[in-house]
Amino acid sequence: MVQKLDYLKETPSQTAGPYVHIGLAPGAAGFEIYEKELGWDIAGPNAKGERIRVEGIVIDGIGSPIKDVMLEAWQANADGIYAHPEHPGEVEEGFRGWGRVITDFETGEWGFDTVKPGPVMGRSGKMMAPHINLWIVARGINIGLNTRIYFEDEAEANAADPVINLIEWERRRATLIAKRSERDGQVVYRFDVKLQGEDETVFFDI
Amino acid sequence: MRQPGEFYQRDREWHPPAKTPDYKTSVTRSPEYSLLSLQQSASEITGPTFGHNDIDPIDNDMIHNYAQPGESAIGERIIVHGRVLDENGRPVPNTLVEAWQANAGGRYRHKKDTYLAPIDPNFGGCGRVLTDEDGYYFFRTVKPGAYPWRNWVNNWRPAHIHMSIFGTSFSQRLITQCYFEGDPLIAKCPIVNTIPDQAARGQLIAALDMNATIPLDTMAYKFDIVLRGRRSTLFENRLEGN
Ligand SMILES: [Fe+3]
Repeated sequence: MVQKLDYLKETPSQTAGPYVHIGLAPGAAGFEIYEKELGWDIAGPNAKGERIRVEGIVIDGIGSPIKDVMLEAWQANADGIYAHPEHPGEVEEGFRGWGRVITDFETGEWGFDTVKPGPVMGRSGKMMAPHINLWIVARGINIGLNTRIYFEDEAEANAADPVINLIEWERRRATLIAKRSERDGQVVYRFDVKLQGEDETVFFDI
Repeated sequence: MRQPGEFYQRDREWHPPAKTPDYKTSVTRSPEYSLLSLQQSASEITGPTFGHNDIDPIDNDMIHNYAQPGESAIGERIIVHGRVLDENGRPVPNTLVEAWQANAGGRYRHKKDTYLAPIDPNFGGCGRVLTDEDGYYFFRTVKPGAYPWRNWVNNWRPAHIHMSIFGTSFSQRLITQCYFEGDPLIAKCPIVNTIPDQAARGQLIAALDMNATIPLDTMAYKFDIVLRGRRSTLFENRLEGN
């Protein structure tokens, strides 16, 4: 016999189910209960950098938009600093870097307003291109899916990004690049997520 | 010097796989390519933090947080309590735990829920709380009812409370469900059974905790939650690389 390691096991994941909004975005479920819902303001009023909107849909294996998804975004500020005690540097007052969005029940469209993040120092001194980390849960998703949103207009930084470069198939790298456009003077990035099929989005085991 | 490093690799065999045909909705919502394994960077070892300004003290009392003054939710009054720990057995303090559930009749307060059990006017169905310095949390609520759902013709969810936990990093983010000891529906549930290992399924079943009950008032169940643990880097740490 050998000695026994005394690690605990992580609590297993379960689907967020169809009523995830009740717990995490009750206003969308149709009732007011909390003074403050969390995650609707990612950047706050004082954040430096370019104000952007990110929009998309999440598409299932049949090609239909999923209408009961919740997404959470986690990003650095324009200087590449995360609002977290372990990340060196300061963020602007009111900058949280975290957001929670749910899809429209009729169309499956989601969107959030924020600032464009700056490049973030990665492992071994390799700079990572600007990106927003995304976590996706829904009915039928047994464990939350992690991916990253990169930006079309950062071609040079994207080409050098250590995470994008881990993706062996160049075609699949494109699934992480949000398309930039302008609407009524507002910069809008489009990021559609495909759960299955030819252009399945790259998901990470982090 | 011991410094906090990466989080332990997630044991994907302990968690449910993405595609579990007995839970039908997963079939078209499960990625088919392998996940790309990432060594963690600042993007993964950081995550949102919350404080007492974000929530109200009544938020963890689901019996009252949506009730009219002087009223309370109908149902079996229970306390659900426990600790949030990491895989090293250390408490995770000041972390946000959010919960949502059906009412005692098995009905959700949601515009998409059309089950014929009635809405309880004094029950909202969601709560949230921060763990204390020892990683401890508690909710007061009513025991949720079982409810039918469309999967096979005749499927009923065991009584359950959905729980969302943050930890200290985006890589610890977790949503799960808490079930209750002794419920015969647990073993029959295709969602419970997405988890392949019986011991892992057992980790989601809260134990009746007579020591935590309030006599003549409220029953109690204990539900500990374990988040991913973290390596201490004993030698050179290349995580930040500078
Ligand atoms: Fe449920």
